[in-house]
Amino acid sequence: MRELAPSTRMELQRGGKSPEQEEAEETFPREEPMRHRQGGKAASTSVVQRARFIAVAMGFVGLYLSMAGAVWAEPANGDVERGEAEFRNCIQCHKTGPGTGHGIGPNLHDVIGRRAGVLPDFRYSRALVAAGGLGLAWTAEALDAFIANPRQNVPGNRMSFRGVDDPQKRADLVAFLATLTGEAQARAVAVSDDVDGPATEIGASAMAIEGDSAYGEYLAAECLTCHQATGETDGIPGIVGWDRKVFIRALFEYKTNVRTHQVMQLMTTNLGDEEIAALAAYFETLDAQ
Amino acid sequence: MRGMNRRTFGLMAGAASMTLAAPMIARTQTKPRVVVIGGGSGGATAARYIAQDSENAIDVTLVEMNQEYTTCYFSNLYFGGFRTFESITHSYDRLASGYGVTMAFAMATGIDRDAKTVPLSDGSSVPYDKLVISPGIDLIYDSVDGYSKEVEGDIPHSWKPGEQTRIMKAQLDALEDGQNIVMVAPPNPYRCPPGPYERISMFAHMLKSKGYSDSTITILDPKPKFSKQGLFQAGWEQHYPGMVEWLGPDVHGGIKGIDPSTKTVMTDLDDFEADMLTVIPKQKAGAIATDAGLANDSGFCPIDPYTMKAQGNDDIYILGDASIAGDMPKSGFSANSQAKVAAMSVRHELIDSRMFPARYSNTCWSLIATDDGVKVGAQYSPTDEKIASTSSFISQNGESAEVRKETYEESIGWYKGITTDMFGTT
Repeated sequence: MRELAPSTRMELQRGGKSPEQEEAEETFPREEPMRHRQGGKAASTSVVQRARFIAVAMGFVGLYLSMAGAVWAEPANGDVERGEAEFRNCIQCHKTGPGTGHGIGPNLHDVIGRRAGVLPDFRYSRALVAAGGLGLAWTAEALDAFIANPRQNVPGNRMSFRGVDDPQKRADLVAFLATLTGEAQARAVAVSDDVDGPATEIGASAMAIEGDSAYGEYLAAECLTCHQATGETDGIPGIVGWDRKVFIRALFEYKTNVRTHQVMQLMTTNLGDEEIAALAAYFETLDAQ
Repeated sequence: MRGMNRRTFGLMAGAASMTLAAPMIARTQTKPRVVVIGGGSGGATAARYIAQDSENAIDVTLVEMNQEYTTCYFSNLYFGGFRTFESITHSYDRLASGYGVTMAFAMATGIDRDAKTVPLSDGSSVPYDKLVISPGIDLIYDSVDGYSKEVEGDIPHSWKPGEQTRIMKAQLDALEDGQNIVMVAPPNPYRCPPGPYERISMFAHMLKSKGYSDSTITILDPKPKFSKQGLFQAGWEQHYPGMVEWLGPDVHGGIKGIDPSTKTVMTDLDDFEADMLTVIPKQKAGAIATDAGLANDSGFCPIDPYTMKAQGNDDIYILGDASIAGDMPKSGFSANSQAKVAAMSVRHELIDSRMFPARYSNTCWSLIATDDGVKVGAQYSPTDEKIASTSSFISQNGESAEVRKETYEESIGWYKGITTDMFGTT
């Protein structure tokens, strides 16, 4: 009947069409790594390692995490130094020095105890402003719950971050955030302010160009297939209203494999300085809703 | 466009638009009119972008048969129980209220290219200065001997969304342990290259989640290989060992036809009897395009890679699955991308807005099992020959579970993104 010995079937499957026929019938790229870049492999390894580490960490704390905040473990004792190291994942978006302005996210100086959504010169999501209005303030406990799963904790907010599962890491982060007060300048600040730093910075060539916003609007159509024009996030980060330097820097980091994401690395391959400057100029003009 | 570079083409197009636009406006004393046929990923996007970016300087009418649009993409996730039917169904309300698009819920019965009008099934007709056609595909039922439209209620293809989607879901849900599924896969080129195999994955997921251990799924494929093959086959082995079997032409030796009364597929190798049979036949451009003589012998429509105009036509654009878009696959993402190039060209020629170089891109996400998403994508540039791929990527076997989960979550974001892009914000 229809059963064939597996080995026979394998041999049959291997025999076949000529390469030309196969080429003609292939409508999709072949299975090979990003062939247009060389740095990708080493960079993606680190992502895998990080993912493995997170997977292991999740294994340890999985049970009560699955209860999604209903039950919290005994508050862990935070370690400032470990927290500062962990905070390097946050500095793409958050500045920490007093009076240094905002990145993609609000400045976190003096965040402990602050009511949510109140910094006058930062464009918050409506959700966060509303939460602040209803009394949300960034106590250590509130920060811990928020960092665990930002999207679930304040639904509708625009922070494009999956969350930190490990309660110890959250405690470390909160301990570090608690030091960002008064005139204190944490060591991490120097890194986070690189966007306004020296001329050798990544993306400087595009930052020197005045972006053509009309060109940017056309190019942006390509982004809006995935990134919503409202700034809403549903598994894909919101990108409207970003400071242009932050925006340019992010795209250059994809171009040069500092950030690894297959779609974004692909999308930035055909974007030159002029295109990136134009996109940054256009998206800066959009208001998140 | 052979022998013509982009610059000379742009000059000619610009000259043509001036000579055409001026008398048209003088004649009618009204705004230039654009008619879009087909409210899917290509058509809805084109209508929205032309209306939105021309800021009311162009009248846009979207002709669409259905009051609501159910997406083909993510219909597989409906089969797998990851989405509801309602969540993949969308209203056209915002296109009208938010962007000023005139909705004509009717069928376009033809194209009068001399009079530049589109007659509709309700007896009216709509005049156009520029026409955008995005009709999707028609199925060539008899490409599989014994298959026909008459039996699609019993043997669904579900390759066009809506009622067929519901029929297939009902059949899948009614299967009992030990009952078998057989799929006849389509030959190239067809809508959504990874689609049949994602569908198989979602079938398997449903059977597995019900605890079935004796059911099998067999794919009889006229192609020797398929999109994301290595990823799908590794995923089936990992998640559904022993359940899914893919047989290419080297094994089955050729699909001779089906017997609808017994749900049997006859091949050179053997007869395959199914409890649930699905056939995805060969495809061609939607009838409106072929009837208008816009398709070639392949059944699909050649286009100008720089603008998405139907080849040899200055006033008709063809988007999406119906077009021969070079290296681009037939996907909703591709159609959405092509629509933006066409919208820019339309606006440039009608109201002299700025023209930028065409850019195209595509990414296709597929779900193999819970939190196991994979993707393939590429960027494209127009050349005189075709829309050519310039760079690409594909997910790799051996990626961590975390990466696969992120890929799945990203696909959910993309779905929200593209449907918002097509239909406007709510």
